[in-house]
Amino acid sequence: MIEALHYTFIQNALLAAIMVSIVAGIIGSLILVNKMTFLAGGIAHSSYGGIGLAIYFGLPIFFGASMFAVFSAIIIALISFKQRHRLDIFIGLIWAVGMAIGIVFVDLTPGYNVDLMSYLFGSILAVSQEDLIFMAILVVVVLIFIHRFYKEILAVSYDSEYATLRGINAKFFFTLILILSALTVVVAIKVVGLILVIALMTMPTYIAEQISNSLYGMMIKSAIIASVFTVTGLIISYQFDITSGAAIILVGATVLSIFTIIKKILA
Amino acid sequence: MQKTLLKVKDLSFKYDKEYVLKDINFELYDKDFFAITGPNGGGKSTLIKLILNILKPQIGTIELDNSIKSSLDIGYVPQNTNINLEFPISVLDVTMMGNGAKHKTLKRLLNINYTNLEIECAKSSLAKVGMQVDLNTKISNLSGGQRQRVMIARAICSHPKLLILDEPTSSIDIEGQKEIYKLLKELNKDITILVVTHDLTVISNYANRVLYVNQEGFLHNLKQDRFRVNKDEHFCEVELMQMLGKNGENLMGEQN
Repeated sequence: MIEALHYTFIQNALLAAIMVSIVAGIIGSLILVNKMTFLAGGIAHSSYGGIGLAIYFGLPIFFGASMFAVFSAIIIALISFKQRHRLDIFIGLIWAVGMAIGIVFVDLTPGYNVDLMSYLFGSILAVSQEDLIFMAILVVVVLIFIHRFYKEILAVSYDSEYATLRGINAKFFFTLILILSALTVVVAIKVVGLILVIALMTMPTYIAEQISNSLYGMMIKSAIIASVFTVTGLIISYQFDITSGAAIILVGATVLSIFTIIKKILA
Repeated sequence: MQKTLLKVKDLSFKYDKEYVLKDINFELYDKDFFAITGPNGGGKSTLIKLILNILKPQIGTIELDNSIKSSLDIGYVPQNTNINLEFPISVLDVTMMGNGAKHKTLKRLLNINYTNLEIECAKSSLAKVGMQVDLNTKISNLSGGQRQRVMIARAICSHPKLLILDEPTSSIDIEGQKEIYKLLKELNKDITILVVTHDLTVISNYANRVLYVNQEGFLHNLKQDRFRVNKDEHFCEVELMQMLGKNGENLMGEQN
């Protein structure tokens, strides 16, 4: 394994894994405490529509997927303000329609035989320089956003009605959290794929939530736990030549199970 | 004549076609311990939301005294503070939320922690409600009664003139309920209190006036002892509700 570190693609993969873990830990915490996991799932799957469009029009994949995911996030936010009680229907719709659009445009692309599996389950060993730059920008944006608006985000997440009474624009922050979720989902697709992205954003955060007494602490712990999951999964994936995304998720699931059992015994 | 803090005049409100509130009239005086009661679906929470400006009146007006300049001058303890229990948030974080987003300083920009001044402010609010716990205690590790105290501390953190509580004791055990009332009585020395409640004890032993709301409003002045419930008498809630609803004079009559 040590000699593998000399390969650029392994270095890139490790760097990508850690950067994605940081944003997944932070934004995943927000998704978990706001109970928006299903929303994030809808956005993740709809972003395949953006991937399809990007392939058809010859645009960068990240760009297409990001635009489409952000667009879905804004639509979901707008619907949730108007028809909160029917939101699940619209999430299901965006989920399916996004994927359908993606598949149709990939079909229409002449001579292009897309590796659908790599988007569904991740292709971290194929991370490029541009991917890394995109990830680094997202990490910086997320960190600035959290640092600047931590108290507002905390108030809106914990008690949005009260936050509104105290002059905080809850709708604005809710939409912003969804948009950042969309961007996080897009970069996480490269690492674990869009099927498994929700697991990467919920398993570390669920463990962190139980051992934290502040949202800030939960975000830091989630980022660390997610990094451990992705790097360990990556090593296993390399050693046994198995799909990296699946390896990462199974590492996470194993740790989560052990954590839960230990907690039960101690209680 | 006592100072009027809040004046509700000819207030009506409907969500769809049916009126939830119709021609509500009452005044809230400085240092009142004012109870709003009535059946479920009678419009109590809607009335509170109108006063808090979460909902806007369709007919009628709600006038606030000049001493209430912003939403920070009204403290609010919402219903169901037991939701979101698994949320990783500390006693300090919850209390500080009461201060709102108004304090934007450069220091705050660069630091997600609180200033010493802010922490002192939170400590003094918590002391007022009798909470002597570690500020970093996770909110889910508190009992229902303790959690409600923190919510009251949050509400009084901005030094409001008026404190509004929506069924503050609905999810607390009886011992804890008594403690909360005692606390409210103590706070009432400085702050006007408006409480939505089904609880007979509050209405009979603590409130000086009560508004019964069931679409329309019936105002009672409990200082006149007309409706004071003797502790030994066994009143059931239904009887009291009937009494307040039927025998009450509409405020319009009382004002004239």
